[in-house]
Amino acid sequence: MDIPYTVKPRPDTGLFNAKVGIWLFLASEVMLFGGLFSSYIFLRVGADHAAWPHGLLNIPIGTFNTAVLITSSVTVVLAWAALKMGNFKKFRLFQSVTILCALGFLGIKSFEYKDKFTHYEVWKKDGTRLTGHIDGSPWFWETKTLQEKGIEKLKFLPDAHHYAAPKIEHAGASSGEHGAHAAIEIPVSEIKRLSAFVPSHSTYFGIYFTLTALHALHVFGGALVIAFLWGPGAKMWRTEPERFTNRIEVSGLFWHFVDLVWIFLFPVLYLL
Amino acid sequence: MSNSHSHGPGQSHSHGPGGEAHTHDAHDAHDVSKHVRTYIFVFVALLFGTVLTVGMYYVHIPSVAWTIIIALFIATVKAFLVAGFFMHLISEKKTIYAVLAATVFFFAGMMYLIIWGRGEVPRGTRYIEGSNKELPVDVRR
Repeated sequence: MDIPYTVKPRPDTGLFNAKVGIWLFLASEVMLFGGLFSSYIFLRVGADHAAWPHGLLNIPIGTFNTAVLITSSVTVVLAWAALKMGNFKKFRLFQSVTILCALGFLGIKSFEYKDKFTHYEVWKKDGTRLTGHIDGSPWFWETKTLQEKGIEKLKFLPDAHHYAAPKIEHAGASSGEHGAHAAIEIPVSEIKRLSAFVPSHSTYFGIYFTLTALHALHVFGGALVIAFLWGPGAKMWRTEPERFTNRIEVSGLFWHFVDLVWIFLFPVLYLL
Repeated sequence: MSNSHSHGPGQSHSHGPGGEAHTHDAHDAHDVSKHVRTYIFVFVALLFGTVLTVGMYYVHIPSVAWTIIIALFIATVKAFLVAGFFMHLISEKKTIYAVLAATVFFFAGMMYLIIWGRGEVPRGTRYIEGSNKELPVDVRR
């Protein structure tokens, strides 16, 4: 049985069915991300200004990743244009760049995540706080880890600056990252709380990881579809080229949406 | 964007205003090749927008409101470029505009509810002043 309107436009909508489908899906995606963005706004405006971390994300890396995603977006549309002009080889070339960009984006994002999982904040019982790295860069330690491991003194490499302390504004992205001082030892008895920069660290990291991980899942899903249509799915080009071109268009629309979400995520999470 | 490349024989791309169904493949391909230049231009504009956004971060603007407005304005322009040209929204079919109009309506409604909710604080809510204001002190002092 043939599926109707995979190529020919349906008379009432003027579109092939998959295109209506993808736009309805994207509409639901707008609501999904919109809900989370509104949560972000709610959390942000409700937070004490000093409690909202600034400068903890690596801006040069974030900027580079933005450029990677924008590049992938243009190669997707160029791949589709190549098919429209009947050039399958060019399509393959452009989409391989897209797939590489998608993998690059995810790789860079993983690197950023790892950086957060090994970066810590210590709340001391006297009310002071400091950020930095634990000697040996362990992942995901928390207060109870210190007891479980029977540690009495924590060997800590503090950052030069804490994100909540007054400072010259906009001193640079690396202020909370690598301006480390010499290692110090903090008696565990003085530590009230220890947390890596993980979702449970604060509302900021809670919403940061929710939004970026959901976005990364979309990148992964989109890349899978694009890779399928680049590889085994490309067989359709020989039998039904127009239908195949439509598939590329639809997968491209999803990819552009993913790019679009990042266009807002980047300034909101990294810069504001 | 020019009229057309909608529907070569059996094809149903609708990227020209109106998107008549009478164009043929050659015309289609010719039209697409013209669009390629637009795509490259949009790509450069998007990269420029990204550099501009980051540049604005390093230029210190005293007003927080203006910092947010400028950053979101640049992001919105970039979003329009992606949606308009890469997603071909500047010349789409009515069905898609209808779907998008509904999306905008519900999205705006959701945002409005959030703002409204913020104004509606349940009676009896108490704020604890200074609960979040432990400032860090250098631990070695």
